[in-house]
Amino acid sequence: MSPVFLILALVTLLSAVAAISFRNLVHCSLSLVVTFAGLAGLYLQLHAQFVGFAQVLVYIGAVAILIVFAILLTRSADTPNHAVLAPGWLVGIAVAVVVFGALGLAILKSEAISKKVPAAPEATVKQIGDALMNQYVLPLEVIGLLLTAAMIGAVIIAMRDDKEAK
Amino acid sequence: MNWIVQYLWLIPALPLVAAGIIAVSKQPHRKLAASLAIGSMGLGFVLSLMAFLATLGHHGEHGQFREVYNFNWLQFGGQWLQLGWVLDPLTAVMLMMVTFVGSLIFIFSIGYMAHDQNFTRFFCFLSLFAAGMLGVVIANSLLLLFISWELVGLTSYLLIGFWYHKPSAAAAAKKAFITTRIGDMGLLLGMVWLYAQSGTLLFYDGGKGCLENDALVRMVAQTAATGMAVTTAIGLLIFLGAVGKSGQLPLHVWLPDAMEGPTPVSALIHAATMVAAGVFLVARVFPLMEVTLDSLAGNADGLPSTALQVVTWVGALTAFFAATIAVAQNDIKRILAYSTVSQLGYMMMGLGVGGVAIGMFHLITHAFFKALLFLGSASVIHGCHEHQDIRFMGGLKKFMPVTFLTYAIGMLALAGFPLFFSGFWSKDEILHAAHGWSVSHWPFYLGCAGALLTAFYMTRQVALVFFGSYRGGHSHSSHRSGSDLKSADTSAHSKEPHESPAVMTVPLIVLAACAVLLGFLGTPWWPAFQGYLGQHHGSAGGVVPLMVGSTLIVFAGLGLGWWLYAKRQRKTADEPDVLEVVRPDIFALLRNKYFFDEAYEKTVIALHAWFARACDFLDRWVWGGAVMLVSAITVGLSWLYRATDEFVVNLGFDAGCKGIRQGGDGLSKLHTGRVQNYLRVIGVALVVLILFLVWGRKA
Amino acid sequence: MTELQGYLLLSALLFTIGLAGAITRRNAILALIGIELMLNAANLNFIAFWRFGPNPEALTGLMFVIFSIAIAAAEAAVGLALIIAIYRHYKSVNLDEMNNLKG
Repeated sequence: MSPVFLILALVTLLSAVAAISFRNLVHCSLSLVVTFAGLAGLYLQLHAQFVGFAQVLVYIGAVAILIVFAILLTRSADTPNHAVLAPGWLVGIAVAVVVFGALGLAILKSEAISKKVPAAPEATVKQIGDALMNQYVLPLEVIGLLLTAAMIGAVIIAMRDDKEAK
Repeated sequence: MNWIVQYLWLIPALPLVAAGIIAVSKQPHRKLAASLAIGSMGLGFVLSLMAFLATLGHHGEHGQFREVYNFNWLQFGGQWLQLGWVLDPLTAVMLMMVTFVGSLIFIFSIGYMAHDQNFTRFFCFLSLFAAGMLGVVIANSLLLLFISWELVGLTSYLLIGFWYHKPSAAAAAKKAFITTRIGDMGLLLGMVWLYAQSGTLLFYDGGKGCLENDALVRMVAQTAATGMAVTTAIGLLIFLGAVGKSGQLPLHVWLPDAMEGPTPVSALIHAATMVAAGVFLVARVFPLMEVTLDSLAGNADGLPSTALQVVTWVGALTAFFAATIAVAQNDIKRILAYSTVSQLGYMMMGLGVGGVAIGMFHLITHAFFKALLFLGSASVIHGCHEHQDIRFMGGLKKFMPVTFLTYAIGMLALAGFPLFFSGFWSKDEILHAAHGWSVSHWPFYLGCAGALLTAFYMTRQVALVFFGSYRGGHSHSSHRSGSDLKSADTSAHSKEPHESPAVMTVPLIVLAACAVLLGFLGTPWWPAFQGYLGQHHGSAGGVVPLMVGSTLIVFAGLGLGWWLYAKRQRKTADEPDVLEVVRPDIFALLRNKYFFDEAYEKTVIALHAWFARACDFLDRWVWGGAVMLVSAITVGLSWLYRATDEFVVNLGFDAGCKGIRQGGDGLSKLHTGRVQNYLRVIGVALVVLILFLVWGRKA
Repeated sequence: MTELQGYLLLSALLFTIGLAGAITRRNAILALIGIELMLNAANLNFIAFWRFGPNPEALTGLMFVIFSIAIAAAEAAVGLALIIAIYRHYKSVNLDEMNNLKG
């Protein structure tokens, strides 16, 4: 457990907890950004540099912004005056704790995790590009299609239906 | 084989086919119906003539022509039931008589039934009857005879009850059928017994028939239950059938009531043919009736057989008894009906004392003059506008001369007026044979008394009908005799009686001629008839004194009748009868037919009604009760089933469905519609899956 | 506790936090935030296994995560578009009010 890992882990966790517990939604989204950043650091720590940068670019630069836009468009920016917690939230917490218990149990009790730590892998962008174009070309094309569809779909869903108004 | 013997079946078949065609034709086709019926009978007569001529040919071993034609009919087991027909003199004589008299009566009916709506139905039934009667005549098998016998009985029922909407006619038809049925039961039993004894029902079968020597020898030796010979027993049973059909004592009660039918029916059936069928039956099975141990041994001086003795006594008693009743009757047809019963008694007596030829001779002559008398009475009734009570007639000889003449001829023939009329010769043969009967002389005395009474009542009838002044034309509300249905005007009418049309008088004339001429075929000095039928008389001696004696008796009867009824004519219809004034008690007894019907009513019919009620009770409560019990059980079971279905099965289903519904209600609560709840459940499921995988792997 | 286990525990914890957020807050957008957290936790899991797993040369884990990020982005876009559309209809983003599927 290197200290870097511990600091990054703490930051991520705290901001994650904050992201789900603030009253003001804008605060929540900002905390989320910090969480994403912490995660990006963790990726860098794990020698997955490309993924880390992709995380920053995509998540912080796109998803978080998108969330902020949604908050603004749905007038949820003001501090709500009614309860923020859903009814039966205690059951939800309990479920979450149980899930964590199960996952933790699985992780700790697992024998498949070997003690031997392999050498740090080298994952250059070139290698990633090669892999994308050779092995993973099909998923790549599909992802392109998917992104197109998602984009179109999102636009259509969110488009104001002018015909209905008339 | 003679082709006429082979085609003898055509004679009854032609009227049968005619009846069938008439039955399916419509009512307006009167000419078709009449011509079919008369044509078939006419053709039958021609064929009968040819058969008669054939029998004049070669003589068989018994000196008589006899040819049979037998064929297999039914097979059961390994045996064949055979039917067949026979042509012998007996057959030929009957065939000619039935077809000839039948044709004349058919022609007469065209005129008599001209105003009736059911003209075609009448001729259909007449043809059917003719077919049955001719079948009886030609049958060589007792079974075929029985089948035709029943057909004759059926058509007699149909014809007596021709005007079926008249209740008295329907009742009379039923009475006729049931009374003859009692006789037919005896015939059936005799038939079955005969078949059991001899193994065949064919009369003549080349030696194997039941009337031929081998069978008779066997049967006469055996004894039945009461010690009498089997032949006697069978003969008596068959005679029972004849008693019913020919109206002998005690089954005579149907014949007078049968006068409800149209008069041509009475002429044909109840004078000439059907009632003669009983006599014919006895004549046909005569070898069976006459055989005794003595006769088989060739001993001609032995006593006659028991069967023939019974036949004689029954015939003699009937002859006398019916004649006494006829004296006191007022309906023109009823007098003739009782006269028929009496003459049938004579015929039976003739068969018993003298043999086939003597009985048959009287049958043939009687057929002609009785048919003549009935048709004459039909003409009278037609002329008097459907009235039948002789007290309302009188003086008709100037209105209906032809009818009067022919009727007078018939009446003299019946009475037995000497020398010129056939009845004299035939009745004398009978009296002569009765006089020489070895058992007793009482039949002879009864026969003589009957002859006296016959002459007397016939004279009375003729005097009251044809002489004096016409007493009809006054309305009388209470007719004692039954009047025809067709009489539309029972109210006062002053119409005078009229002569009948030619279509009705010509047959009368023809029959009258035959009534005279036929007698000459059987005189003792020229016994052509008897010889033809195979009976050769002893001597002609001893006949002349008897003839003189019977002539005296006839004249006595005629004179008494004339003196009492013609000389002092009654003026009105309501006057009491002369005899009634003299001895009212006897007259009342005679007029009420010795209360025979009432006696039967109290005994046999009451017993039968009681029995019917008992059977009804059994049927309704015992057998019906069993059926109802079964149905009640079924209903109970079904009720139980329904209860089970409703309370057990349905409730079970309902409970099950309720459980499912409740379960569904419960489960539907999971569908809150809130996404977060679904997510929670997914989380729990994930945990369960993990645990399963982790622990499952360990295990 | 190895490094791998540490990372795995961290990812489990992140996952749990995301799940808790998704199922305890009323706001729909917060549910989406929770879902993003859960996805990220899964990504972390993959990278950790790629790094400490048996065959890092194959780049399998990395590839997976790249695609996962792309898909997550697309999914976030669509989800938020849906929320906007729902907001236009219900005039609120309260998850409790959207229970039309209630049976």
